[in-house]
Amino acid sequence: MKIKKFPYYPGCTLKQTAKNFEKSAMGTANYLGIELKELPRWNCCGAVFSLTSDDVMHQVAAIRNLIRVQEMNDSGMLDNEYHLVVLCSMCFNVLKRANIFVTKDAETLFKINEFMDEEPDYEGTVEITHFLEILRDFMGFEKIKEKVVQSLYGLKVSAYYGCTLLRPREIGIDDPEAPTIMEELIASLGATPIDNHYKSLCCGSYHTVGKDKDIVARRTYKIIEGARENGADIIITSCPLCAFNLDNRQKLSKKIYPDFQYMPVLYFTQLMALAFGKEEEAGFEGNYIDPYPVLEKRDLIHNLKVR
Amino acid sequence: MKMVKIYIMGKEYQVPEGLTIMKAMEYAGYRYIRGAGCRAGFCGACATVFRKEGEYKLHADLACQTTVEDGMYLVQLPFTPANKAVYDINKVKADDKALVNFYPEIARCVSCNTCTKACPQELEVMDYIQASLRGDIQGAADLSFDCIQCGLCAMRCPAEIAHYHVGQLARRLAGKYLAPPAPDLAKRVKEIEKGVFDKEVKKLMGMSINRLRKLYNERDIEPEEEEEPKREAD
Repeated sequence: MKIKKFPYYPGCTLKQTAKNFEKSAMGTANYLGIELKELPRWNCCGAVFSLTSDDVMHQVAAIRNLIRVQEMNDSGMLDNEYHLVVLCSMCFNVLKRANIFVTKDAETLFKINEFMDEEPDYEGTVEITHFLEILRDFMGFEKIKEKVVQSLYGLKVSAYYGCTLLRPREIGIDDPEAPTIMEELIASLGATPIDNHYKSLCCGSYHTVGKDKDIVARRTYKIIEGARENGADIIITSCPLCAFNLDNRQKLSKKIYPDFQYMPVLYFTQLMALAFGKEEEAGFEGNYIDPYPVLEKRDLIHNLKVR
Repeated sequence: MKMVKIYIMGKEYQVPEGLTIMKAMEYAGYRYIRGAGCRAGFCGACATVFRKEGEYKLHADLACQTTVEDGMYLVQLPFTPANKAVYDINKVKADDKALVNFYPEIARCVSCNTCTKACPQELEVMDYIQASLRGDIQGAADLSFDCIQCGLCAMRCPAEIAHYHVGQLARRLAGKYLAPPAPDLAKRVKEIEKGVFDKEVKKLMGMSINRLRKLYNERDIEPEEEEEPKREAD
């Protein structure tokens, strides 16, 4: 099998609280013949996209990372590959919006390039691509279906999109109102996609730090109950912040709503690792709500080597 | 002797061409009571900022390592005020959050790279702050290894980060918790504690200054790196 190489931007969170996201993504990508080559140098994407149109300084961080992609191509590390693969939805959102912001405005791009006089100019050639798009558009879900060695038949999975993968519309990877990309992935792995009315309701985002954690816990309750009402066993997502809120804040949801029942929240790549027989690379040890009881109930972890 | 015109804190002076900023200031009549140390580019005491004639950029460098240029505007920064975290290195856990917990302002970094541009040691300062932010202690320690704590990065940072303190903590944590133990060092410390060298040290302390000097000058010097051609003995 020919290995396809893509430049890959991890972002800070995948090196800290979302190590299981990176681990499972690397494992599944390799299995699919995709090599995600981490940028040799990278910095924080900026964490949130600055909405102030003349606030050029806050675009510098994102654009500097895109220059690294050019450098990888110029140095021969990559063969003319400008699709920068991102896993974290938040980083994806910031990088893609910053890229559009500067490429559609030559004066702003000039200003940024002048400021970063120690770097080669950014030429606007990079395309920010979410790993889900690689699966859908580069691999195709039919191909992924062929790669499944342990069908997830019987497992009911609800996709949670949150905000940053879909909105604003011009950067979204799917229909912002009625996305299906993760449902298609779930189906290709043999599991049953479960719809959730709240699948793109904001999880409460950064309210999770500071005094307003309750906002997050109430939304977590709503989102998870929405999935449960439709019969879901687990939730998958692509955003480390949403994952943290939906997973770790369940404890607080339980405190506010005593009737609340815990539900495991996985990264979509963890679900893929399971279906590809790579449980040891799923990184379940990093999940707050233990997914094993549900997976055992569905008889999905008999091959599991590590626990 | 060719003279050049420089401005020290706005006042014009004629100084000989080719002097370092440090020597030029002394030539002009200034006497250092702060802001000078080793005079050899190692101690980081003589941080200086300057502008060149007709250039909008503010430069930063060490006064002992930079030669004056005609039309230079300069001032020395004898000290950089920056808060330093207080910690007991034996109790700090070298985990992903250690650096950001002690220096939360690193999360304000906008990756403008101004710190890197200011660094007289030509370190990738922004990159080690970014490594710190993502919990990469070893990376931050390696990238900041040659830091001389001059403070110029911190003076230039729009996010008000005290980079050099962050790098120092990273190196301490890396040294204590991440680097493999050095068995030779542990052995030598034990020997010292046992008093193996007490007699020799006592002998040294009793020597005259001239005898000490002679001993120092005649000491065995370890050979330089192997690439260097060996000097023929004649």
